[in-house]
Amino acid sequence: MQLAEKYKTKLQNLRDDKQFANDRRKAARVSKKVILGLFKAVVLIGISYLILSPLIGMISSSFFSDSDRYNPMVYLFPANPTLERYTMSIKVLKYGKMLLTSLIYDVSLMAIQLVICSLVGYGFARFNFPFKKVLFGCVVIMIVLPVNTIMVPLYMTFRNFGPLNLLSTPWPVVLMTLFGCGLRSGLYIYIFNQFFRGLPKEIEEAAFVDGAGMFYTYSRIMLVNAMPSVITVSIFSLVWQYNDTFYARMFTMNADMLISMKISSFTNTISNSFKIIDPSILKLYTYAGVILMILPVMLIYVLLQKRFIEGVERSGIVG
Amino acid sequence: MNENKKRKMTLATKRSIVGLLFVSPWLIGFLVFYVRSLIMSVQFSLSTVSVNTASGGYQLEFLGIKNFIYAFTEHASFSQTLVTSLQDILIDVPLIVFFSLFMAMLLNKKFTGRTLIRAIFFLPVIMNSEAITSAIDAVRELMMGGLSATSGAMADAAESGVNMDYYISLFKELALPDSLLDYIVGAVSRINDIISASGVQIVIFIAALQSIPSSLYEVAKIEGATGYETFWKVTFPMVMPHIITNIVYTVVDSFVNSEIVDMAYETAFRQQNWGLSAAMSLITTTIVCLILGIVCGFIQKRTFYYN
Repeated sequence: MQLAEKYKTKLQNLRDDKQFANDRRKAARVSKKVILGLFKAVVLIGISYLILSPLIGMISSSFFSDSDRYNPMVYLFPANPTLERYTMSIKVLKYGKMLLTSLIYDVSLMAIQLVICSLVGYGFARFNFPFKKVLFGCVVIMIVLPVNTIMVPLYMTFRNFGPLNLLSTPWPVVLMTLFGCGLRSGLYIYIFNQFFRGLPKEIEEAAFVDGAGMFYTYSRIMLVNAMPSVITVSIFSLVWQYNDTFYARMFTMNADMLISMKISSFTNTISNSFKIIDPSILKLYTYAGVILMILPVMLIYVLLQKRFIEGVERSGIVG
Repeated sequence: MNENKKRKMTLATKRSIVGLLFVSPWLIGFLVFYVRSLIMSVQFSLSTVSVNTASGGYQLEFLGIKNFIYAFTEHASFSQTLVTSLQDILIDVPLIVFFSLFMAMLLNKKFTGRTLIRAIFFLPVIMNSEAITSAIDAVRELMMGGLSATSGAMADAAESGVNMDYYISLFKELALPDSLLDYIVGAVSRINDIISASGVQIVIFIAALQSIPSSLYEVAKIEGATGYETFWKVTFPMVMPHIITNIVYTVVDSFVNSEIVDMAYETAFRQQNWGLSAAMSLITTTIVCLILGIVCGFIQKRTFYYN
């Protein structure tokens, strides 16, 4: 009892001691940091697991051989792993060629989207002209309106486009993108508008005083400073365009040109051309195809998001 | 003469002309593709449309606003579906926006394996896209017949092994208000949906956080602001414009995936009732635009812009 009392007073002294004040504070800080870090790690890992769990199942089962599929003992780790699903999927999808044509198509559309939407976004963000609010309201309407509402009129427009029938060519999509009405262009205009509005006016005024024209200011000052928005829009337009089947179907584009069209009918193609009837085997092929489809965009995203940081370091705002 | 004219043009008019030039590509596109289509949609909604399959043309028979009246008063489930869809949107939006802001702030810090984690958080954006979902749905349908979606959701709920009723009764004893409790329970049981719906918003927020000049944080640090204060005084006001962007995107995204849009689509392509479908689309689009207008107007007033 006495001993306990003694230590208690000793601890009390230590607590009150000015000499260790810094150490105490440091210990508190470090422990706070560790606890916060742990909390963060738990949240991030937990949510990552939630996102990944279906994908993990897909990846593992895409390596299953037929015997594994029917073996109830096999779970996640295939007993006789096989690459047959992938070789077959690559052959059926004509993967290399399709990927190349799709990427050329998507990247060129992405470039058009970037130029047009940033121009329009800048126009809305920094200039005053009559009916600006009404027109911006129209941008919002464009975002909200589901495309299938105006599907029939659009189809008609391009079927009788002057003397030409532009259906079954990439031209309808290219033309619509060129005039700021492509796949989710409204959203990109909105994103650019918000980012440009968030930039300080001083840099623009400085450029103006230094004699830069308005277009030069846009391309050399504003775009460079809004680098994060450029990266965001390029990521989204690439991914969505890559996965788009709606526009491609609406304008009856050639299914042999886009990988997205191929993958959406992949299951049927496989089952028809190889006479595979068992759905649980078909599933394995489809999973392999989906993974092949995801991989390139994932890679592009990883490469692009690295530039998030660089973009900001380069864009110093003097002030 | 020419010089005189030039001198008369003030900077303001010059800027307005340049502004119109900047906007012009979109304006032309909007007039050509959208306005025409919208007018046609309005026409459709005011009439019965009979498509002539042989020639590919169509005939209109003027009806007045009968289609609208029919949708609201006689259609079996239109008004009900509309209300539930709107309710779902209103519940999901704040959850998704705050969840994605929180996630973006975590992902914006430096830590080991950040690239990997960011890539994982981007996965739902790819997985939710049309081509892949249609591929996976095709297999699911083969596996289990047409009921794939519902039975899949039920299987998930059964497998998780969490006894929701127990937790609900636990919170009931805490005497939390019922509406709040419903909201929390709804949020927890939807966590998967919320995560998979917030990939895009997280990317937008990361970009927003990146565009905040670091000098502001330095100033805050020098002035002795705590992390909490820095968030509310620096981070939050600076990402405010992008909160609006994300609200717009989230509302539209959950609206486009909602039952009401499906219903309009089905009415057009399964029942061939183009007029009614156009009326439905117009009604829902107007309502969503109104909601967006009110919400954004409300937030916009409290938003900080440089100009």
